[in-house]
Amino acid sequence: MSWQVKTIAQRTGDLLPGSPWTAALYVLLTILAVTAFVTVAGLVLIYAERKIAAHFQCRVGPMRVGWHGVLQSIADAIKLLMKEDIVPRDADALLHILAPVLSFAGMLLVMIALPMSPSLQVADMNIGVLYVTAVSGLGVLGILLGGWSSNNKWSLLGAMRAGAQIISYEVSATLALLVVVLFAGTLQLSGIVQSQDTGWWIWRAHGCGLVAFAIFMIAGTAEINRTPFDLAEGESELTAGFHTEYSGLRFSFFFLSEFLNMFVLAAMASTLFLGGWMPLHIGHFAALNGVMDLLPPGLWFALKTTAIIFLIMWFRWTFPRLRVDQLMRLEWKILLPIGFVNLFVSAACVVTGFYFFAR
Amino acid sequence: MSVHVSTLQARISGESTASSPLSTEEYFVNMGPQHPSTHGVLRLVLRLDGETVREVVPVLGYIHRGIEKMGEHGNYRQFVHLVDRMDYLSALANNWAVTMVVEKAAKMETNERIEAIRTLVCELQRIQSHLLWWGVFGMDLGGFTPFFYGLRDREQICDIFEKTIGARLTMNYIQPGGVMFDIHPEFVKDVKAFLSYLKPKLVEYDALLTENVIIQERLRGIGRLSAARAIALGATGPVLRASGVAHDLRKSEPYGLYAQVDFDVPVGTDGDCWDRYWVRMEEIRQSIRIIEQLIDNIPEGKTFLVKPAAKIKVPAGIHYSHLETARGVLGVLLVSNGKESPYRIHCRTPNFNNLWCIGEMATGGRIGDLVAMLSSIDIVVPDIDR
Repeated sequence: MSWQVKTIAQRTGDLLPGSPWTAALYVLLTILAVTAFVTVAGLVLIYAERKIAAHFQCRVGPMRVGWHGVLQSIADAIKLLMKEDIVPRDADALLHILAPVLSFAGMLLVMIALPMSPSLQVADMNIGVLYVTAVSGLGVLGILLGGWSSNNKWSLLGAMRAGAQIISYEVSATLALLVVVLFAGTLQLSGIVQSQDTGWWIWRAHGCGLVAFAIFMIAGTAEINRTPFDLAEGESELTAGFHTEYSGLRFSFFFLSEFLNMFVLAAMASTLFLGGWMPLHIGHFAALNGVMDLLPPGLWFALKTTAIIFLIMWFRWTFPRLRVDQLMRLEWKILLPIGFVNLFVSAACVVTGFYFFAR
Repeated sequence: MSVHVSTLQARISGESTASSPLSTEEYFVNMGPQHPSTHGVLRLVLRLDGETVREVVPVLGYIHRGIEKMGEHGNYRQFVHLVDRMDYLSALANNWAVTMVVEKAAKMETNERIEAIRTLVCELQRIQSHLLWWGVFGMDLGGFTPFFYGLRDREQICDIFEKTIGARLTMNYIQPGGVMFDIHPEFVKDVKAFLSYLKPKLVEYDALLTENVIIQERLRGIGRLSAARAIALGATGPVLRASGVAHDLRKSEPYGLYAQVDFDVPVGTDGDCWDRYWVRMEEIRQSIRIIEQLIDNIPEGKTFLVKPAAKIKVPAGIHYSHLETARGVLGVLLVSNGKESPYRIHCRTPNFNNLWCIGEMATGGRIGDLVAMLSSIDIVVPDIDR
């Protein structure tokens, strides 16, 4: 079975010769849809985190607002909107205001490249992986600026930690991405998904995929500043790290992009290693593959992403935090060498065609 | 012997000794009085070189209430109520410390039942205090879940106390001449049920925190305190025992029924954060042992041997008595002029001395280490300021 990928960008292109106004309306609707998705996904993720955390900790979590507290996130969002938005007197006002926007923009730009199903992807660039890696780096700029412009020593410490941490772990994450790029032979995200129609890369590559997945998950968790790598925030050490001086709407932008980054990480991990929207196919077993195809691809993507998000939340509510020097040691002395060896082994596998169901 | 005194101002304006090939400077940060990890209103002034802590200066006085001075204006029984508010996690031990010095000075009698109940509730409270510490320790190291586990189990001890005493935190239960009320009819059953509940939970605690590789990495070799320095700084309790000094007043000067029960004093070797962690976890198990030996053999008898309204007069002179709370040695010095209220009181509280070990430990560590060390000392700030 071959999959017909049609992105929203392509559909806009198709509309353009007919009427530019229809195309413009289509673009506008897409922008609205992405914004709505980001908002709703953020609220859902926050609710999920609170409920999952609660059940990990033998309590029930929000129960009062709506059925089982489903409206709690909305209530929180309204509260954050109402709050006074403070820019400290000695802060660099322009940068202070710009920082959460940058952080949010970095996350939003990645969002358009994610292939959620064959028909649900905003733009499918031929350099998709490179684009995602590059654009997600914008987020750290927001954090650095936020910490620097706040003119607060705790914020500065948090920002410096975040800078060192995210830049370091980006190396390992990229090395893990490259393994999949080698096997798939393309940087295009939809191409990578389609290269997995005989099986997902996590198990097809004789362990290389599994190691790369583990490295990607660890490095990714570090990149999105979540426990056990939440040093930039480090509540018990730095009060609130880089966003100590933020309140109200600006804080909620940091907060929202943090949660959406978790979604982006999970979506990238499932796209690269677990086949994205590709159903579970094993080689050319037509019967099994046919049964798996009964579920629509969009649902497959949602299920895989949800599973990985649950895993990331599980990390957070189980592990304590690392120390700054241990964090650096883990990256440069442990993950990076393993990542390089893994990359070389994968290259050898690709060259010799030594992996399951090689073309 | 000369004593070097320097003001905070002098220390802050000192020479910068930042060690870096770049032109960097040391800087000062106020940690507290409002900070998530100072457990109340403690203020630490940190001299930092990047992330490295060069000096820690604790600044006190934010929750000073003058408890000792207030004690001079009431009678002895009223002072028992005040000491609840010092180390609120060892309220019963604080009560007992005052009771002990008054009973010793005024030569008041107690019986076996009273002593058994006092020993039992104090050991329960030691477990309760250590459970809370365990939870907060996990939270300070960045893991939020232990906090809820620790508090959940601690609440059950509070429930047991509430049934007998009527209060959960500031209990003023142990009084000169006995205990305020007899134990609740269900006390024995509740305590047994709790112990059989807690024992498997301790295994769970180990799986969640003790055996975690990140915890081991964060704690081992961090915040070392040698036995000699610990003694010199006046550290007591688990902080001293973790440094390898087997000093426990329950063993060395037994009070209550501690002489009759069989228990070990856990002792560390290195005096690092890990040892302090391990010593406290082991103390929970030893407290369980003590309670198990006593709970079935509470003797019969009266629980209050003097009339509640009876006036207590302590003979003129200086009286001192001390005992082991969950955090160390609490000593009460009483100067009496033979009247109904004390002439002067001084409490030697464990947290005050333990706190000053932080300067010894933290120098050269990271900010994250400092939080771990502060938490491993297990301070209760109202006990430091009084």
